[in-house]
Amino acid sequence: MIAIVDYGAGNLRSVAKAIEKLGYSYLVTAEPERVLEAEAVILPGVGAAGEAMRSLERLGLVAPLRQVIAEDRPFFGVCLGLQLLFAATEEGGGERCLGIVSGRVRRLPPGLKVPHMGWNQVGHKIRHPIFQGISDEANFYFVHSYYGEPEDSSLVAGETEYGIPFCSMLVRGNLVATQFHPEKSGELGLQLYHNFLLFGGVRRG
Amino acid sequence: MLTKRIIPCLDVTAGRVVKGVSFVQLRDAGDPVELAALYDREGADELVFLDITASSDERRTMVDVVAGTAEQVFIPLTVGGGLRSIDDMRLMLEAGADKVAINTAAILEPSLIRRGADKFGSQCIVVAMDAKQVAGAPYMASLSNPSPRWEVYTHGGRRPTGQDAIDWATKAVSLGAGELLVTSMDADGHQTGYDLELTRRISEQVEVPVIASGGAGTLEHLYQALVVGKADAVLAASIFHYGIYSIRQVKEYLAQRSIPVRL
Repeated sequence: MIAIVDYGAGNLRSVAKAIEKLGYSYLVTAEPERVLEAEAVILPGVGAAGEAMRSLERLGLVAPLRQVIAEDRPFFGVCLGLQLLFAATEEGGGERCLGIVSGRVRRLPPGLKVPHMGWNQVGHKIRHPIFQGISDEANFYFVHSYYGEPEDSSLVAGETEYGIPFCSMLVRGNLVATQFHPEKSGELGLQLYHNFLLFGGVRRG
Repeated sequence: MLTKRIIPCLDVTAGRVVKGVSFVQLRDAGDPVELAALYDREGADELVFLDITASSDERRTMVDVVAGTAEQVFIPLTVGGGLRSIDDMRLMLEAGADKVAINTAAILEPSLIRRGADKFGSQCIVVAMDAKQVAGAPYMASLSNPSPRWEVYTHGGRRPTGQDAIDWATKAVSLGAGELLVTSMDADGHQTGYDLELTRRISEQVEVPVIASGGAGTLEHLYQALVVGKADAVLAASIFHYGIYSIRQVKEYLAQRSIPVRL
Protein backbone atom coordinates (compact mmCIF):
# COMPACT_ATOMS: atom_id res chain seq x y z
CA MET A 1 0.00 0.00 0.00
CA ILE A 2 1.21 3.47 -0.92
CA ALA A 3 0.32 6.32 1.43
CA ILE A 4 -0.40 9.66 -0.22
CA VAL A 5 -0.12 12.15 2.60
CA ASP A 6 -3.17 14.40 2.84
CA TYR A 7 -2.36 17.50 4.87
CA GLY A 8 -4.66 19.87 3.01
CA ALA A 9 -2.14 21.00 0.41
CA GLY A 10 -3.87 20.25 -2.87
CA ASN A 11 -3.35 18.16 -6.01
CA LEU A 12 -3.85 14.85 -4.20
CA ARG A 13 -6.37 13.65 -6.70
CA SER A 14 -3.96 13.99 -9.62
CA VAL A 15 -1.26 12.09 -7.77
CA ALA A 16 -3.74 9.40 -6.75
CA LYS A 17 -5.05 9.03 -10.31
CA ALA A 18 -1.52 8.67 -11.62
CA ILE A 19 -0.73 5.92 -9.11
CA GLU A 20 -4.02 4.21 -9.90
CA LYS A 21 -3.30 4.35 -13.62
CA LEU A 22 0.00 2.54 -12.97
CA GLY A 23 -1.93 -0.28 -11.31
CA TYR A 24 -0.90 0.31 -7.69
CA SER A 25 -3.22 0.63 -4.75
CA TYR A 26 -2.98 3.66 -2.54
CA LEU A 27 -4.48 5.32 0.48
CA VAL A 28 -4.96 9.06 0.82
CA THR A 29 -4.38 9.60 4.50
CA ALA A 30 -3.45 12.02 7.26
CA GLU A 31 -3.03 9.31 9.90
CA PRO A 32 0.49 8.85 11.27
CA GLU A 33 -0.01 5.08 11.72
CA ARG A 34 -0.97 4.59 8.08
CA VAL A 35 2.08 6.56 6.95
CA LEU A 36 4.35 4.49 9.18
CA GLU A 37 3.06 1.15 7.89
CA ALA A 38 3.01 2.11 4.18
CA GLU A 39 5.35 0.44 1.69
CA ALA A 40 5.96 3.82 0.10
CA VAL A 41 5.02 7.38 0.99
CA ILE A 42 4.23 10.23 -1.38
CA LEU A 43 4.23 13.77 -0.01
CA PRO A 44 2.55 16.03 -2.57
CA GLY A 45 1.89 19.67 -2.10
CA VAL A 46 1.21 23.07 -3.53
CA GLY A 47 0.74 26.30 -1.63
CA ALA A 48 2.52 27.98 1.22
CA ALA A 49 5.36 26.26 3.09
CA GLY A 50 4.63 27.77 6.50
CA GLU A 51 1.01 26.68 6.44
CA ALA A 52 2.00 23.23 5.21
CA MET A 53 4.51 22.79 8.08
CA ARG A 54 1.90 23.82 10.63
CA SER A 55 -0.55 21.29 9.15
CA LEU A 56 2.04 18.51 9.34
CA GLU A 57 2.78 19.43 12.96
CA ARG A 58 -0.89 19.62 13.92
CA LEU A 59 -1.57 16.21 12.34
CA GLY A 60 1.42 14.63 14.11
CA LEU A 61 3.05 13.78 10.78
CA VAL A 62 6.48 15.33 11.28
CA ALA A 63 8.00 12.45 13.28
CA PRO A 64 6.51 9.69 11.07
CA LEU A 65 7.83 11.35 7.90
CA ARG A 66 11.29 11.71 9.43
CA GLN A 67 11.19 8.06 10.51
CA VAL A 68 10.13 6.75 7.09
CA ILE A 69 13.01 8.61 5.47
CA ALA A 70 15.52 7.71 8.22
CA GLU A 71 14.69 4.04 7.57
CA ASP A 72 15.28 4.66 3.87
CA ARG A 73 11.84 3.47 2.88
CA PRO A 74 10.60 4.60 -0.53
CA PHE A 75 9.57 8.24 -0.27
CA PHE A 76 8.60 10.68 -3.01
CA GLY A 77 8.27 14.43 -2.38
CA VAL A 78 6.52 16.51 -5.04
CA CYS A 79 7.00 20.28 -5.45
CA LEU A 80 6.33 21.72 -1.99
CA GLY A 81 6.94 18.14 -0.82
CA LEU A 82 10.55 18.59 -1.99
CA GLN A 83 10.98 22.00 -0.41
CA LEU A 84 9.67 20.84 2.96
CA LEU A 85 12.54 18.34 3.20
CA PHE A 86 15.05 21.14 3.69
CA ALA A 87 16.01 22.81 6.95
CA ALA A 88 14.42 26.15 6.15
CA THR A 89 12.84 28.25 3.42
CA GLU A 90 13.02 31.92 2.54
CA GLU A 91 9.29 31.84 1.88
CA GLY A 92 7.05 33.88 4.17
CA GLY A 93 10.01 35.77 5.62
CA GLY A 94 11.67 32.52 6.72
CA GLU A 95 10.07 29.29 7.86
CA ARG A 96 11.56 26.20 9.46
CA CYS A 97 10.99 22.96 7.50
CA LEU A 98 11.54 19.25 8.18
CA GLY A 99 15.35 19.39 8.19
CA ILE A 100 15.80 16.04 6.46
CA VAL A 101 18.09 17.37 3.72
CA SER A 102 20.80 19.92 4.51
CA GLY A 103 20.41 23.14 2.62
CA ARG A 104 17.79 25.77 2.16
CA VAL A 105 14.94 26.86 -0.07
CA ARG A 106 15.41 30.10 -1.96
CA ARG A 107 13.25 32.41 -4.04
CA LEU A 108 13.80 32.27 -7.81
CA PRO A 109 15.88 35.26 -8.92
CA PRO A 110 14.17 38.46 -10.11
CA GLY A 111 13.99 39.32 -13.80
CA LEU A 112 11.88 36.40 -14.98
CA LYS A 113 8.21 35.65 -14.57
CA VAL A 114 7.34 34.07 -11.26
CA PRO A 115 5.89 31.50 -10.75
CA HIS A 116 8.08 29.49 -13.09
CA MET A 117 5.12 27.87 -14.84
CA GLY A 118 5.16 25.42 -17.70
CA TRP A 119 7.27 22.69 -19.27
CA ASN A 120 11.01 22.83 -18.83
CA GLN A 121 13.90 20.43 -19.34
CA VAL A 122 15.40 18.27 -16.63
CA GLY A 123 19.06 17.50 -17.26
CA HIS A 124 20.40 14.30 -15.70
CA LYS A 125 23.25 14.91 -13.24
CA ILE A 126 23.63 11.24 -12.29
CA ARG A 127 23.08 7.87 -13.88
CA HIS A 128 20.27 6.21 -11.98
CA PRO A 129 17.48 3.68 -12.61
CA ILE A 130 14.93 6.39 -11.71
CA PHE A 131 15.62 7.76 -15.22
CA GLN A 132 14.89 4.51 -17.02
CA GLY A 133 12.98 5.31 -20.21
CA ILE A 134 13.39 9.04 -19.64
CA SER A 135 15.83 10.85 -21.87
CA ASP A 136 18.22 13.53 -20.69
CA GLU A 137 16.67 17.01 -21.06
CA ALA A 138 13.11 15.67 -21.31
CA ASN A 139 10.36 18.18 -20.43
CA PHE A 140 8.40 18.13 -17.18
CA TYR A 141 5.71 20.46 -15.83
CA PHE A 142 6.71 23.06 -13.24
CA VAL A 143 4.76 25.53 -11.10
CA HIS A 144 6.80 27.14 -8.34
CA SER A 145 8.39 30.31 -7.04
CA TYR A 146 11.02 28.75 -4.74
CA TYR A 147 13.64 26.05 -5.22
CA GLY A 148 15.66 23.81 -2.94
CA GLU A 149 19.43 24.08 -2.80
CA PRO A 150 21.06 21.01 -1.19
CA GLU A 151 24.41 21.55 0.52
CA ASP A 152 25.56 18.20 -0.80
CA SER A 153 25.57 18.65 -4.56
CA SER A 154 25.84 14.89 -5.08
CA LEU A 155 22.14 14.69 -4.14
CA VAL A 156 21.22 16.66 -7.26
CA ALA A 157 19.84 14.11 -9.73
CA GLY A 158 18.18 16.56 -12.10
CA GLU A 159 18.91 20.16 -12.94
CA THR A 160 16.78 22.77 -14.70
CA GLU A 161 17.54 26.22 -16.00
CA TYR A 162 15.33 29.19 -15.18
CA GLY A 163 17.44 32.31 -14.87
CA ILE A 164 19.81 30.09 -12.90
CA PRO A 165 20.41 26.36 -12.90
CA PHE A 166 18.56 24.83 -9.95
CA CYS A 167 17.99 21.39 -8.45
CA SER A 168 14.77 20.09 -9.99
CA MET A 169 15.17 16.55 -8.69
CA LEU A 170 17.08 15.04 -5.82
CA VAL A 171 17.78 11.42 -4.98
CA ARG A 172 19.25 9.98 -1.77
CA GLY A 173 18.83 6.23 -1.46
CA ASN A 174 15.11 5.54 -1.69
CA LEU A 175 14.29 9.20 -1.18
CA VAL A 176 13.25 10.90 -4.42
CA ALA A 177 11.91 14.42 -4.70
CA THR A 178 11.01 16.56 -7.69
CA GLN A 179 10.35 20.27 -8.00
CA PHE A 180 8.18 19.49 -11.03
CA HIS A 181 4.87 17.63 -11.02
CA PRO A 182 5.18 14.12 -12.49
CA GLU A 183 1.38 13.73 -12.26
CA LYS A 184 1.03 16.68 -14.65
CA SER A 185 3.88 15.69 -16.96
CA GLY A 186 2.08 13.23 -19.22
CA GLU A 187 3.57 9.85 -20.05
CA LEU A 188 7.07 10.65 -18.80
CA GLY A 189 5.70 11.73 -15.44
CA LEU A 190 3.91 8.41 -15.08
CA GLN A 191 7.12 6.67 -16.11
CA LEU A 192 8.98 8.43 -13.30
CA TYR A 193 6.47 7.30 -10.67
CA HIS A 194 6.62 3.82 -12.16
CA ASN A 195 10.42 3.76 -11.87
CA PHE A 196 10.27 5.01 -8.29
CA LEU A 197 7.82 2.29 -7.25
CA LEU A 198 9.57 -0.43 -9.23
CA PHE A 199 13.00 0.30 -7.80
CA GLY A 200 11.53 0.85 -4.35
CA GLY A 201 10.29 -2.72 -4.54
CA VAL A 202 6.63 -1.78 -4.13
CA ARG A 203 4.24 -4.50 -5.23
CA ARG A 204 1.53 -3.79 -7.78
CA GLY A 205 -2.13 -4.21 -6.93
CA MET B 1 14.74 26.71 -21.13
CA LEU B 2 11.09 27.21 -20.26
CA THR B 3 9.02 26.31 -23.30
CA LYS B 4 6.09 28.31 -24.65
CA ARG B 5 2.78 26.61 -24.00
CA ILE B 6 0.16 25.77 -26.64
CA ILE B 7 -3.26 25.48 -25.05
CA PRO B 8 -6.40 24.31 -26.82
CA CYS B 9 -9.64 25.63 -25.33
CA LEU B 10 -12.78 23.51 -25.30
CA ASP B 11 -16.09 25.32 -25.01
CA VAL B 12 -18.43 23.01 -23.16
CA THR B 13 -22.17 23.26 -22.65
CA ALA B 14 -24.27 20.66 -20.84
CA GLY B 15 -21.33 18.28 -20.93
CA ARG B 16 -20.76 18.56 -24.68
CA VAL B 17 -18.08 20.32 -26.71
CA VAL B 18 -19.61 23.15 -28.66
CA LYS B 19 -17.63 23.83 -31.80
CA GLY B 20 -16.49 20.30 -32.43
CA VAL B 21 -15.69 18.85 -35.80
CA SER B 22 -15.62 15.26 -36.85
CA PHE B 23 -12.05 14.25 -36.19
CA VAL B 24 -11.61 10.88 -37.80
CA GLN B 25 -9.79 9.66 -34.71
CA LEU B 26 -12.76 10.32 -32.47
CA ARG B 27 -15.80 8.16 -31.98
CA ASP B 28 -17.72 11.13 -30.55
CA ALA B 29 -16.45 14.60 -31.44
CA GLY B 30 -18.76 16.14 -28.87
CA ASP B 31 -17.29 14.28 -25.93
CA PRO B 32 -14.92 16.64 -24.08
CA VAL B 33 -13.10 13.80 -22.36
CA GLU B 34 -12.31 12.09 -25.64
CA LEU B 35 -11.25 15.36 -27.28
CA ALA B 36 -9.07 16.24 -24.28
CA ALA B 37 -7.31 12.88 -24.54
CA LEU B 38 -6.72 13.45 -28.26
CA TYR B 39 -5.19 16.88 -27.66
CA ASP B 40 -3.00 15.39 -24.97
CA ARG B 41 -1.73 12.72 -27.38
CA GLU B 42 -1.05 15.44 -29.97
CA GLY B 43 1.16 17.31 -27.53
CA ALA B 44 -1.06 19.98 -25.96
CA ASP B 45 0.79 21.54 -23.02
CA GLU B 46 -2.34 22.26 -21.02
CA LEU B 47 -6.09 22.21 -21.55
CA VAL B 48 -8.75 24.79 -20.81
CA PHE B 49 -12.40 23.88 -20.38
CA LEU B 50 -14.75 26.80 -20.61
CA ASP B 51 -18.26 26.11 -19.34
CA ILE B 52 -20.29 28.39 -21.56
CA THR B 53 -23.71 27.62 -20.18
CA ALA B 54 -22.65 27.92 -16.60
CA SER B 55 -26.18 27.64 -15.28
CA SER B 56 -26.09 26.18 -11.82
CA ASP B 57 -28.00 23.00 -12.68
CA GLU B 58 -25.47 22.20 -15.37
CA ARG B 59 -22.48 22.81 -13.13
CA ARG B 60 -22.77 19.22 -11.96
CA THR B 61 -22.28 18.01 -15.53
CA MET B 62 -19.05 19.99 -15.75
CA VAL B 63 -17.78 18.40 -12.56
CA ASP B 64 -18.29 14.98 -14.17
CA VAL B 65 -16.46 16.11 -17.31
CA VAL B 66 -13.52 17.35 -15.24
CA ALA B 67 -13.41 14.19 -13.16
CA GLY B 68 -13.58 12.01 -16.28
CA THR B 69 -10.75 13.95 -17.89
CA ALA B 70 -8.56 13.79 -14.79
CA GLU B 71 -8.80 9.99 -14.91
CA GLN B 72 -7.15 9.84 -18.30
CA VAL B 73 -5.25 13.00 -18.99
CA PHE B 74 -2.11 13.84 -17.03
CA ILE B 75 -1.44 17.40 -18.13
CA PRO B 76 -2.65 20.58 -16.41
CA LEU B 77 -6.32 21.38 -16.73
CA THR B 78 -7.92 24.79 -16.18
CA VAL B 79 -11.67 25.15 -15.78
CA GLY B 80 -13.58 28.40 -16.12
CA GLY B 81 -17.04 29.75 -16.79
CA GLY B 82 -19.55 30.78 -14.20
CA LEU B 83 -17.39 30.20 -11.14
CA ARG B 84 -18.55 32.67 -8.50
CA SER B 85 -17.37 31.50 -5.12
CA ILE B 86 -14.72 29.64 -3.18
CA ASP B 87 -17.10 26.67 -3.09
CA ASP B 88 -17.40 26.70 -6.89
CA MET B 89 -13.61 26.71 -7.15
CA ARG B 90 -13.23 23.91 -4.63
CA LEU B 91 -15.75 21.78 -6.52
CA MET B 92 -13.68 21.98 -9.70
CA LEU B 93 -10.30 21.55 -8.00
CA GLU B 94 -11.52 18.53 -6.08
CA ALA B 95 -12.90 17.05 -9.29
CA GLY B 96 -9.38 17.18 -10.71
CA ALA B 97 -8.86 20.66 -12.20
CA ASP B 98 -5.44 22.16 -11.51
CA LYS B 99 -6.49 25.77 -11.96
CA VAL B 100 -9.72 27.71 -12.02
CA ALA B 101 -10.33 30.74 -14.20
CA ILE B 102 -12.53 33.51 -12.90
CA ASN B 103 -13.72 36.44 -14.97
CA THR B 104 -16.96 38.29 -14.19
CA ALA B 105 -16.95 37.24 -10.54
CA ALA B 106 -13.45 38.64 -10.08
CA ILE B 107 -14.53 42.04 -11.38
CA LEU B 108 -17.71 42.14 -9.31
CA GLU B 109 -15.89 40.93 -6.21
CA PRO B 110 -12.10 41.38 -6.50
CA SER B 111 -11.56 39.95 -3.00
CA LEU B 112 -12.48 36.57 -4.49
CA ILE B 113 -9.02 36.52 -6.11
CA ARG B 114 -7.31 37.04 -2.76
CA ARG B 115 -9.48 34.52 -0.95
CA GLY B 116 -8.98 31.93 -3.69
CA ALA B 117 -5.21 32.46 -3.68
CA ASP B 118 -5.05 32.21 0.12
CA LYS B 119 -7.15 29.06 0.10
CA PHE B 120 -5.71 27.16 -2.85
CA GLY B 121 -2.49 28.99 -3.75
CA SER B 122 -1.92 31.64 -6.42
CA GLN B 123 -0.86 29.00 -8.92
CA CYS B 124 -4.49 27.78 -8.98
CA ILE B 125 -6.04 31.15 -9.69
CA VAL B 126 -6.23 32.32 -13.29
CA VAL B 127 -7.90 35.66 -13.86
CA ALA B 128 -9.48 35.73 -17.30
CA MET B 129 -10.35 39.07 -18.81
CA ASP B 130 -12.21 40.13 -21.94
CA ALA B 131 -10.83 43.42 -23.21
CA LYS B 132 -11.98 45.67 -26.02
CA GLN B 133 -10.15 48.65 -27.40
CA VAL B 134 -11.77 51.95 -26.51
CA ALA B 135 -13.61 53.35 -29.53
CA GLY B 136 -11.84 56.04 -31.50
CA ALA B 137 -8.40 54.86 -30.55
CA PRO B 138 -6.37 53.27 -33.32
CA TYR B 139 -6.02 49.51 -33.21
CA MET B 140 -2.25 49.72 -32.81
CA ALA B 141 -0.16 52.33 -31.10
CA SER B 142 1.03 55.07 -33.43
CA LEU B 143 2.81 58.40 -33.15
CA SER B 144 -0.50 60.25 -33.20
CA ASN B 145 -1.88 58.01 -30.48
CA PRO B 146 0.86 56.35 -28.52
CA SER B 147 -1.51 55.12 -25.84
CA PRO B 148 -4.38 53.01 -27.03
CA ARG B 149 -6.62 51.90 -24.20
CA TRP B 150 -8.64 48.79 -23.60
CA GLU B 151 -11.72 48.39 -21.46
CA VAL B 152 -12.64 45.26 -19.55
CA TYR B 153 -16.06 43.68 -20.21
CA THR B 154 -17.93 41.13 -18.13
CA HIS B 155 -20.76 38.66 -18.69
CA GLY B 156 -19.19 37.08 -21.74
CA GLY B 157 -18.30 40.44 -23.24
CA ARG B 158 -21.76 41.92 -22.94
CA ARG B 159 -21.21 44.49 -20.19
CA PRO B 160 -18.61 47.26 -20.17
CA THR B 161 -17.09 47.92 -16.76
CA GLY B 162 -15.27 51.22 -17.34
CA GLN B 163 -12.12 49.54 -16.01
CA ASP B 164 -8.88 49.90 -17.89
CA ALA B 165 -7.50 46.49 -18.88
CA ILE B 166 -3.88 47.23 -17.91
CA ASP B 167 -4.99 48.59 -14.53
CA TRP B 168 -7.20 45.60 -13.93
CA ALA B 169 -4.40 43.19 -14.88
CA THR B 170 -2.09 44.89 -12.39
CA LYS B 171 -4.70 44.81 -9.68
CA ALA B 172 -5.62 41.17 -10.28
CA VAL B 173 -1.98 40.15 -9.90
CA SER B 174 -1.54 42.24 -6.76
CA LEU B 175 -4.55 40.41 -5.32
CA GLY B 176 -2.94 37.05 -5.97
CA ALA B 177 -3.72 35.92 -9.53
CA GLY B 178 -1.07 33.40 -10.59
CA GLU B 179 -1.72 33.76 -14.30
CA LEU B 180 -3.73 35.98 -16.65
CA LEU B 181 -5.79 34.82 -19.61
CA VAL B 182 -6.21 37.86 -21.83
CA THR B 183 -8.84 37.72 -24.57
CA SER B 184 -9.15 40.48 -27.13
CA MET B 185 -12.81 40.96 -27.97
CA ASP B 186 -11.82 42.87 -31.10
CA ALA B 187 -9.83 39.95 -32.41
CA ASP B 188 -11.81 37.00 -31.03
CA GLY B 189 -13.56 34.94 -33.67
CA HIS B 190 -12.03 36.80 -36.61
CA GLN B 191 -8.95 34.64 -37.13
CA THR B 192 -6.99 37.73 -38.14
CA GLY B 193 -4.41 37.52 -35.37
CA TYR B 194 -4.13 38.21 -31.66
CA ASP B 195 -4.18 41.79 -30.33
CA LEU B 196 -0.41 41.97 -30.00
CA GLU B 197 -0.29 45.39 -28.39
CA LEU B 198 -2.76 44.50 -25.65
CA THR B 199 -0.93 41.24 -24.95
CA ARG B 200 2.49 42.88 -24.89
CA ARG B 201 1.45 45.73 -22.60
CA ILE B 202 -0.04 43.39 -20.05
CA SER B 203 2.79 40.87 -20.28
CA GLU B 204 5.38 43.60 -19.70
CA GLN B 205 3.36 45.04 -16.86
CA VAL B 206 2.90 41.94 -14.69
CA GLU B 207 5.32 39.36 -13.34
CA VAL B 208 3.01 36.37 -13.75
CA PRO B 209 2.56 34.40 -16.98
CA VAL B 210 0.15 35.74 -19.60
CA ILE B 211 -1.88 33.58 -21.97
CA ALA B 212 -2.88 35.30 -25.21
CA SER B 213 -6.34 34.51 -26.48
CA GLY B 214 -8.61 35.51 -29.33
CA GLY B 215 -7.87 35.83 -33.02
CA ALA B 216 -5.66 32.89 -33.97
CA GLY B 217 -6.10 31.99 -37.61
CA THR B 218 -2.65 31.09 -38.88
CA LEU B 219 0.60 29.67 -37.58
CA GLU B 220 2.19 33.09 -37.98
CA HIS B 221 -0.42 34.55 -35.60
CA LEU B 222 0.67 32.19 -32.83
CA TYR B 223 4.31 33.04 -33.47
CA GLN B 224 3.56 36.78 -33.34
CA ALA B 225 1.66 36.49 -30.05
CA LEU B 226 4.68 34.82 -28.44
CA VAL B 227 7.36 37.05 -29.97
CA VAL B 228 5.74 40.47 -30.47
CA GLY B 229 3.01 40.03 -27.87
CA LYS B 230 5.52 38.50 -25.42
CA ALA B 231 2.93 35.99 -24.27
CA ASP B 232 4.03 32.99 -22.25
CA ALA B 233 1.35 30.79 -23.74
CA VAL B 234 -1.18 30.92 -26.57
CA LEU B 235 -4.72 29.70 -26.39
CA ALA B 236 -6.74 28.78 -29.44
CA ALA B 237 -10.03 27.07 -30.12
CA SER B 238 -11.22 27.18 -33.72
CA ILE B 239 -7.95 26.37 -35.49
CA PHE B 240 -7.72 23.14 -33.52
CA HIS B 241 -11.38 22.19 -33.39
CA TYR B 242 -11.95 22.69 -37.09
CA GLY B 243 -8.82 20.74 -37.83
CA ILE B 244 -7.15 23.67 -39.64
CA TYR B 245 -3.93 22.85 -37.80
CA SER B 246 -3.02 20.08 -35.43
CA ILE B 247 -1.15 20.89 -32.24
CA ARG B 248 1.77 18.92 -33.62
CA GLN B 249 1.87 21.16 -36.73
CA VAL B 250 1.80 24.29 -34.59
CA LYS B 251 4.68 23.08 -32.48
CA GLU B 252 6.81 21.97 -35.39
CA TYR B 253 6.29 25.34 -37.05
CA LEU B 254 7.24 27.25 -33.90
CA ALA B 255 10.28 25.05 -33.32
CA GLN B 256 11.43 25.78 -36.88
CA ARG B 257 11.23 29.46 -36.04
CA SER B 258 13.37 28.93 -32.93
CA ILE B 259 10.59 29.17 -30.35
CA PRO B 260 11.23 26.74 -27.50
CA VAL B 261 8.37 24.22 -27.44
CA ARG B 262 7.88 20.75 -26.02
CA LEU B 263 7.88 18.33 -28.95
